[in-house]
Amino acid sequence: MDIFLWGVLPYVMVVILVGGSMWRYKFDQFGWTTRSSQLYESKLLRIGSPVFHFGLLAVIAGHVFGLIIPQEWTEAVGMTESIYHFNALFVGTIAGVGTLAGISLLIYRRRKTGPVFMATTKNDKLMYVVLVAAIVFGLWTTLASVFWPDHDVTYRDTVSPWFRSLFIFQPDIAAMAAAPTSFHIHTLVGMVLFMVWPFTRLVHAFTAPLHYLFRPYIVYRSRDKGASVAPRSGWSEVGTRDRDTTKR
Amino acid sequence: MRVMAQMGMVMNLDKCIGCHTCSVTCKQAWTNRAGVEYVWFNNVETRPGQGYPRRYEDQEKWKGGWELNKRGRLKLKAGGRVKKLFGLFANPIQPELKDYYEPWTYDYKTLVDAPLGDDFPVARPKSLITGKDTKITWSANWDDDLGGTSEMGHLDPIVEKVRRESEDKIKFEFEQTFMFYLPRICEHCLNPSCMASCPSGAIYKRVEDGIVLVDQDQCRGWRQCMTGCPYKKIYYNHKTGKAEKCTFCYPRIEVGLPTVCSETCVGRLRYLGLFLYDADAVTAAASVTDPQDLYQSQMDVLLDPNDPAVIKAAREQGIQEDWIEAAQKSPVYALTKVYKVALPLHPEYRTMPMVWYIPPLSPVVDLLRDQGHDAEDKDVLFGAIDALRIPVEYLAELFTAGDADLVTGVLQKLAAMRAYMRGISLGNDPDESIPASVGMDGATMYEMYRLMAIAKYDERYVIPKAHAEQAHDLEEMGCSLDFDGGPGMASMGTSPFGEASGRPTPVALETFNALRDRQTSDSVAGADTLAGRVNLLNWDGNGAPAGMFPQKHPTEPPVDAREDALEGGSS
Repeated sequence: MDIFLWGVLPYVMVVILVGGSMWRYKFDQFGWTTRSSQLYESKLLRIGSPVFHFGLLAVIAGHVFGLIIPQEWTEAVGMTESIYHFNALFVGTIAGVGTLAGISLLIYRRRKTGPVFMATTKNDKLMYVVLVAAIVFGLWTTLASVFWPDHDVTYRDTVSPWFRSLFIFQPDIAAMAAAPTSFHIHTLVGMVLFMVWPFTRLVHAFTAPLHYLFRPYIVYRSRDKGASVAPRSGWSEVGTRDRDTTKR
Repeated sequence: MRVMAQMGMVMNLDKCIGCHTCSVTCKQAWTNRAGVEYVWFNNVETRPGQGYPRRYEDQEKWKGGWELNKRGRLKLKAGGRVKKLFGLFANPIQPELKDYYEPWTYDYKTLVDAPLGDDFPVARPKSLITGKDTKITWSANWDDDLGGTSEMGHLDPIVEKVRRESEDKIKFEFEQTFMFYLPRICEHCLNPSCMASCPSGAIYKRVEDGIVLVDQDQCRGWRQCMTGCPYKKIYYNHKTGKAEKCTFCYPRIEVGLPTVCSETCVGRLRYLGLFLYDADAVTAAASVTDPQDLYQSQMDVLLDPNDPAVIKAAREQGIQEDWIEAAQKSPVYALTKVYKVALPLHPEYRTMPMVWYIPPLSPVVDLLRDQGHDAEDKDVLFGAIDALRIPVEYLAELFTAGDADLVTGVLQKLAAMRAYMRGISLGNDPDESIPASVGMDGATMYEMYRLMAIAKYDERYVIPKAHAEQAHDLEEMGCSLDFDGGPGMASMGTSPFGEASGRPTPVALETFNALRDRQTSDSVAGADTLAGRVNLLNWDGNGAPAGMFPQKHPTEPPVDAREDALEGGSS
């Protein structure tokens, strides 16, 4: 069982996440959008959405910090375990609670604002369930380690080594299996989230428009260039290319 | 000098009778779909009035367009790139549906289905957003023909400004009322702020004809363009989550046909043609310090298509001979640069709009005629233009960033043309002093009269076709047949990722399939695609959607069922 959950499932997840996203990016550019409902309702969204999104960014940063950076490194720069732990819990709790509060407000808004609820698809509902579960269980792992501190097994000794070992294709299944159950649940729900990700509106995160900072303000596009789709492989046009168009 | 071609439009406001035919035909052509019920690519506003969406001209509130920063450089009024990205999760200044209106239909079915009773059945308005009963409180032209002006006239941002500046009141009492119509489409600006606001870079300007379009595949629904456009002519499709805007009817323009709004205009007030402009000069021209200089700097960007240097540069840029010729015959170039009677809408937004307006003389003429004056006498008209300060200042706020002299000059030209032509029509010798008084000669004035009064279809619309050798690349054909299922995939319908996801159907294919469906189908067309939301605006005339027509007899099967049987039998 452990082998399947911590040795196989992560790779299945990656295949679905990457493959699904690529497939959707190719097949469904038109459906690739935030599907914003701000047109219907703005007041609650303007509080809930930034709180949720910025909270989530902090949570992601926390995951990167906790999972990728080995304990030896932080100790090498003189950060003791207790300082690290306090920081992680303090910042992590704030970020987690913020994220949860944000999404709670957003879900309340979605349920209570008629037009927004009307525009909610089954796909959205499933996505919300998984997303909220991931956040709640994640927060649970954090809070659990505050109220029932169990310093013998921290995620830095169990989950993090396993996570890093995944990248070298030698999953440290034993380490992960030794982690507390709360971490097991959170990790599983997280993997489910990443597996449904490409098929929900969450894909908008993959096209976060950071290139906006660098592109020119005015975009010119030629009708020829913008329009033409590369012909399918094994298919080429009959005849010769028009001289007038190639001259330019 | 980098010469580029730009399709432009001029509207002669004197001829607009406010019939909304352009709006309705445009809606039927482009936005009769669910998700864009509230979207009017073309709308006609009564001025004074709040416009659509309400008070869109109040840029202190909506932050549309550009402004100059401290160093005199152009900057988006809503903030720079970093600020925009921080506002990504919830756009701080975005019009909501209530700033437009909540679209609705009527519950016609009750009228025929209601049980016998003492009361008349009522067709209640139903919201097209929630499907529930709604109270109609506003629409796209609620204040049409000055409706409600006594209550709401002060809400017009221009009225507000003119009043503040003149410390006077624009009176809305009937005898002092002036009124005209302002049809508006996307301005297809040379320096579009919607495009600059788009985080995804999905809005682009076509190199060939300058038409500004939204790439529906690339748009991710960040909604910054709605804020960026000061004319509020980018709309959000709340079903697909994509921005949509006026397309300048590019599929028609590419084959040499005028836009739908121009084609169907009853007053024949629209002119279409090419401008040649210097793309390298645009930013500098939009950055002049004094907003009142923007009109002139915008004029300077437009190049003389008869100038040999311009022609040479145009050829170097690959502009084809027939396009250069079209630019030389362009009615919009003549009206803006030769006769100088067309003005841009709100040049102070610094977007360099390319839909121009000939300001209306009619408020002045009507007033004079009503008071028993000779409304075609040059001196009377000139005097009246000077005396009627309020309408002129109002027009100046719309078209010249407040420069009343410029508007006066244009109105005097129009007045002079009236007087000059009356003399000729009465069989007198042309009075050359009249054109001279507005700095024109008789021949030019006569040409201007011809263009404005009697120009035929092919003189009003000089549209060079997209090049035949490029035809296989035309936007709507380029992406056509290579998607799964091929051209038979008529409508997008619903899919697992939300409404209308999946590959879009090209315009021509969609039309083709819709037409074929209409001609051959046995059932009511549109019942599926419109998700049951059929009303008089989007009904295609085929079959009888449920609830639209009364049943002949309560025991009979409903009309549409019979209709289906009938059509099935005949086809």
